[in-house]
Amino acid sequence: MIEFYAKGIREGKLKVNSKWNEAGIKFTVQDPCKLVRQSLGDWIADELRFVVKAVVGEENFVDMVPNKSNNYCCGGGGGFLQNPYVEERLKFGRLKLEQIDRTGAKYVITPCHNCHSQIMELARHYGRDFKVVHLWTLICLSLGILAENERLYLGDDLKECNLPGKHA
Amino acid sequence: MADVLSLEERAASFRERVKSAIPGGGNLDMCMLCGTCVSGCPASGLAGMDPRKFVRMVILGLDEEVLSTPWVWMCTQCQRCIYACPMEVDIPKLVYEARASWPRDQRPKGIRASCDHHVQRGGAMGIPKEDWIFVVQDVLADVRSTQPGWENLEAPIDKKGAPYYLNQNSREPVTEPEEMVPLWKILHLCGIDWTYSSEMWGGENYCMFLADDDNWARIIAQQARIVDELGCHTFIETE
Repeated sequence: MIEFYAKGIREGKLKVNSKWNEAGIKFTVQDPCKLVRQSLGDWIADELRFVVKAVVGEENFVDMVPNKSNNYCCGGGGGFLQNPYVEERLKFGRLKLEQIDRTGAKYVITPCHNCHSQIMELARHYGRDFKVVHLWTLICLSLGILAENERLYLGDDLKECNLPGKHA
Repeated sequence: MADVLSLEERAASFRERVKSAIPGGGNLDMCMLCGTCVSGCPASGLAGMDPRKFVRMVILGLDEEVLSTPWVWMCTQCQRCIYACPMEVDIPKLVYEARASWPRDQRPKGIRASCDHHVQRGGAMGIPKEDWIFVVQDVLADVRSTQPGWENLEAPIDKKGAPYYLNQNSREPVTEPEEMVPLWKILHLCGIDWTYSSEMWGGENYCMFLADDDNWARIIAQQARIVDELGCHTFIETE
């Protein structure tokens, strides 16, 4: 889907911008292992960054290190979320947590569902206050078409930002 | 593990089996013990194991330990190790083969249930087909009637001739259905003519994580057949 997001932005069908993020909220992104390293390679990670920067503002994007194909797994994959080794899974995720901490980001964008669940749990377990969001949420937020009940994963700072019909 | 191991007595059948199962033998004999895999592996140290140790144990024929360690379920097969490995030793495939060596009923119950649900009902959460269709239609009707400007939003199921097929992670329709809507809106704005399917619609495949080759293939084959029958030329994965 990232390909289509990028294409839509380039073709002017998704007229995204980062004006909604005047406060300069920082975002980072978790490259999904399966999509980037295992399947399509770095070009899709670059497309992902193109979309993210267009939506949140280039200056508000902070990359993790290492990243793209060299990124660390968060621990949500391989069935780890569905097996009984919870304590080990949370230990596994510490490397990811340290990476996120170093970015200072308030939001982690996760194109992968398993990453989304795992990183949210890491934040909860280790007492961090960053939020974990899907890319579609931010694209629609930027476009001013994200309804109130579609903001489940946004923090209070963005619950009322750019609501449909309420922006200029 | 502190005892001296007598290697002659060991059959090392797992090593021989994986060598024939992995193309090129998985480069097992090429491991130089450099440890690059370990340093980039978040599962290093869990269950007293790490990727290099695991490879050595396989090579040394420590089948009993290799085939019983729960570490194979703590490695996510993310492939960071083989990506970084200068000799491309296929550790993730070793882990996969070790998982597959566990009797099916002893593999983690949660993964097994997700796999079985998917085979039986088309998505890992196991909701019946009727519920899946109802949720999509219900959420769509709600958006059309409550969100000005979206009266023509679409979320078709089994739409013959739609050029694009979209799969759906089965979590959303079950636990957070409104989360499906932003994606529908984006597809609408992009002018993409798409469809879900009523059967085998789930975007995940836990049979792969269960190392259940037959059911993994069954899901893929069935979904591919459905996509072909609908006449879709492009499969969109929600990621």
